[in-house]
Order: sequence, then structure tokens, then C-alpha cells
Amino acid sequence: MKKQSVYLNPKLFSNNVEQIPTRNGYGDGLLDVAEKNPNVVVLTGDLVESTRALGFAKKYPDRFVECGVAEQNMAGIAAGLALTGKIPFISSYAVFSPGRNWDQVRVSICLNKANVKIAGAHAGISVGPDGATHQALEDIAIMRVLPEMIVVVPCDYEETKKMVSAAVEITGPVYFRFAREKTPVITTPKTPFKVGRAEVFRKGKDISIIACGPLVYQSLMAAEELARQGIDCEVINNHTIKPLDEKTLLASVRKTRAVVTVEEHQIMAGAGSAVCELFAKKFPVPIEMVGMSDSYGESGKPLELLDKYGMNVKTIKAAVRKVLKRK
Amino acid sequence: MVIHDSKIKRLEKLANTIRQDIIASLVEAGSGHSAGPLDLADIFTALYFHILHHKPKQPRWADRDRLILSCGHVCPVRYAAMARAGYFPLATLQTLRKLGSPLQGHPELHKLPSVENTSGPLGQGSSVAVGIALAAKMDEKKWRTYCVLSDGEHQEGQVWEAIMFAGKNKLNNLTFLIDRNNIQIDGNTENVMPLEPFAEKYRAFNWHVLEIDGHNIHEIVDACEQAKSIFEKPTVIICHTIPGRGVSFMEKKYEWHGISPNVEQAKEALHDLRTLRNNIVSEHQ
Repeated sequence: MKKQSVYLNPKLFSNNVEQIPTRNGYGDGLLDVAEKNPNVVVLTGDLVESTRALGFAKKYPDRFVECGVAEQNMAGIAAGLALTGKIPFISSYAVFSPGRNWDQVRVSICLNKANVKIAGAHAGISVGPDGATHQALEDIAIMRVLPEMIVVVPCDYEETKKMVSAAVEITGPVYFRFAREKTPVITTPKTPFKVGRAEVFRKGKDISIIACGPLVYQSLMAAEELARQGIDCEVINNHTIKPLDEKTLLASVRKTRAVVTVEEHQIMAGAGSAVCELFAKKFPVPIEMVGMSDSYGESGKPLELLDKYGMNVKTIKAAVRKVLKRK
Repeated sequence: MVIHDSKIKRLEKLANTIRQDIIASLVEAGSGHSAGPLDLADIFTALYFHILHHKPKQPRWADRDRLILSCGHVCPVRYAAMARAGYFPLATLQTLRKLGSPLQGHPELHKLPSVENTSGPLGQGSSVAVGIALAAKMDEKKWRTYCVLSDGEHQEGQVWEAIMFAGKNKLNNLTFLIDRNNIQIDGNTENVMPLEPFAEKYRAFNWHVLEIDGHNIHEIVDACEQAKSIFEKPTVIICHTIPGRGVSFMEKKYEWHGISPNVEQAKEALHDLRTLRNNIVSEHQ
């Protein structure tokens, strides 16, 4: 394991690796930034507890805005607050925000260059039993096409927490997504995190696995297993989908000359597509993509769903073997 | 702030000038909306020349009143009023809708920072205005937020979300002015999708409602003044207007909602407006 330089969780590959929902990172991150920056305000659309904005709402009631079930209005109010100097975080499920309020995000937030942070909770199929209506698998696509928008998919609790602080440091619209269920804590407070800079979590020479979100864990697991079969994978935590860290990704792929992308999102137009756009233009190489294959999810347990829809260690390994044959 | 009769006459003439500016900029642009801008000329004149606290030479002055335009398509009237108020040279009006112009077909904040907000897709300005008024409340600021909306845009659900929120939060620093001209692109509002009973709807959402003649400067000023004395609610002023006001062949015709005059029509329109101006002047004398 070559992990020292990025200070990953030393217990990462043990059976009792700590698991915390990434949404808790959002809630704890808000409390961190709230104390430092009085301009931070938090809005929600009737989802204060499940988006983990409750801690903020209780501690800073004067800076918390309950919008009711009205995501379009919430996006517009946030734009108005931002145009008057506030730093609003709008908190809802990703299927609703940015799912239902895309035009408001495009015009009131992005065209105004309003300093609004959109926090998309319950992203991905791992929302589980709520079923297809509540599983956001298109949000990266619809956000990354918007000029001015920055799009980030943190990989775990720690990184989501860091993302909240990072979002405050950025002046302008930011979208970041996180999940409902507990997932392994991959990083530590010492792990470097900078928006726009991909981190090589595992060095390797045969192939680059470029992943984002909690599936970075499955990618690292797949790499460990493949190492035992003599395949040396580089695993990159590509948390920032836009702007893409071209330098880090190109440096890796110039070395490995093969790519597997991994995301809990539609393959079409998502994080993997962003990577494909880069390599098609700058350095064409064989690429396989792991993600949702143009379908909706369904009710089920999170891990059952990841298995059924092909976003697990097994499919990542299969994709690696497949792409290596095309090298 | 009271308004004297002499100033009302001056503003009526100014509104007529602004209507002429609108026609001139639309014919030069070759596209754009005519009816709404013409019928809003009195309201924008009253706002920029009497009601708003603002500094044209210092458009981002922190304590200015905010004027949010929600129905962005009527921007020619805002641009003309702003040019007349000294925000930018009158000659800029001739660049409306042209490449590189600060005067976009629908107003854009970062092309013309003094417009406060980007708008066009209907309904969005209502929420932005509510957010701005809310920020003023949070920071205990004294300035007020005004939002001009069209009647037709109330068919967007978002507007009612904003109205519901403002009522709940008792945003008494917020005033909506609705251009109740009864037309939209496809016809009369009550045929396309009825809005009545309009006033009752607002009252049901806990707003203070005023209804005025949107071409009467005195009533516009008076209603905005009254709104300041309402402490428990936001205020909506339903301004009854005649679409295409001042140009006889455009008045009350929904067909003029979304088109601009050609050169011949513009000549006729300007003739109408000059005749009206002479009437205002002779009445005054």
C-alpha cells in the first residue's frame, strides 16, 4: 500500500473500518464555517434533519431559512441573499435541488454569478428503499453544463466536511453532492483536499481508475485485489468534476495509458464523460466506464442496488480487465 | 414623500419622452416587446424620479433601494428610464439587443450592473426580490425592495411560492408592483389562464393589497408611500394599465406584446406620442 503521502485512514482495508454518512460531513462542516463566517446562511426545503442542517438551524436560528417544499423559490431566495452579501447554502435532496430548480440555478444563480452553494443530499442509487424517484443519478450532468458552476463529489465524511469550508472560500456558484447511507471513512483530517485538484490515492503503473464519491472506496478495494493478480492500478480521487484537474489526470494516464471511470451516476454526461472529453481531446486512450447504464434504479438496500446496477468491486475489476485488453 | 402637482406634470412629460425612447430603441433593434414597456412608462418614471432612493452615478451604493425587474422582457422601459436618470448615455439606448451591448434583450446583471438582477424566464425575479428583502431584514437595513412583475407571469408556480414565503415572513420592506395589463403572448390573460380574483389571492397569502390606475403618477407614488406604513405584511400594488399606452394602434392589442414596430409604424407611434405630449404641455399651461 502506497498511501502515506495522502494520509488515508490506516484502517481503510480492515473489516471494522469506520463508516459515517457523507451527509454528516455537511452538517458538521456547516457548524465549522458558521462560527468563522457570519455571512453564511442555510436554507432548506422542509428537509432540515435529513440533510443534516439541523445543528446549524438550532445554533443559528437567525441565519437559518425554512423555505417549505418549494425548491425553485429557495434557489431564487438564495440568489437574492447572495446578491446582498450573504453566503447561502441551499439544502435539499439532489433530485429536487438541482433536479427541480435547474432553470433557477441557471438564471438566478449562475447568470447572476450569485455566491450560492447548492448542497445535493441523498445523491446516487445508494439512497436505497426510497426508490427511483429519490435516487439522483443525473445531477452531475445537469450541473456541469452550466457556465460558472463548480461541481464537486466528495468521497467520504471528512472530505464532505472539508468541502463546506472550501465552498465558502470560493466566490461563485458551487454544487456538491453527498449521500444518505453510511460509507467507509477513506480520508483523515490530514488528507490534502483542494477543489480543482485530483488526488492520487494509490500509485500504480498499469491503469488509472478515476473515481469520485463513496465509490472511491470500492475502487481502492478493487485495486488491492487486482494487485494480488499482478495488475498495478493507480486510483485517483477525482472529486472535482468541474473544473477538471487536467494536469494530474493527464500525468497519470500518460503513464498508464488506460482508464476506468467510476461514479454513482448515469454514465451518460456524468463524471466519467467529463474525463472522456479530456482524453478524447488531449490524449486518446482506451476507457471503460462504471456507473448507471441509462436506467432508473428501484427500491432495495444500498449494497444490493450497487450490485444489481453494476457499481461494485466486481464490476470495477471487470472493467479494468476489459480495458487492459484494449491497450 | 409627497409629490406636488408641478412635479407630476413634469414626470408625465418625462414618461412621454421615455415612451418615445422605447419606440426609438425598439425600431433600431428590430425586435423586442412593445406593449408592456409602453404601459409601464409611468410606473418606471415614478420609481426612478421620485420613489427610489438611488444614486445613478454610484449604482452599487450600499443603501440604495433595490428595484428588481421580474418580467425581464419589458426591459426597454427600464433602460430608457435609467438612461434618462443618468445611469448611462442616452445614445446607449440605440444599442439595444445588439452584439456587445450592455442592453441585452433580457436584462443581465453582469452586462449592466445597475439592473440588480438577470431576468427573463418568468417568475424568477419574485424569489430574488424576496431574498434581497430577507437579507435587508437580517441586517436590519432601512432600504426597501421593489419588484415589478407582469400579470401573466403569475401563471408560474414559483411566484406563488415567493408570495407564500413573503407573507409568512412578514416582509414589510418589500413592495410588488404588478403590471395588470391583461395581456400575454397568446391572448388576454383571462382567456389564456385566468388570474382573477387577483387581489383576493394575494390577500389570502397575507399581503396588503392596493389597486391603482397604473398611469396615474400621483396614485403610484401614493401607493408606494402607503406601503411603507404597513408593518405586518408585504404590499402588492396591482397597477391597472393599458397595454401599448400612448400609441393608438398598439393599445389594448395583445398582438403587440412580443413584437417591435417597423420604421413606418414607429413614425406613426412617435407622432401619436408627440401629440399626447403637446396635450400634457397645454393642459399644464
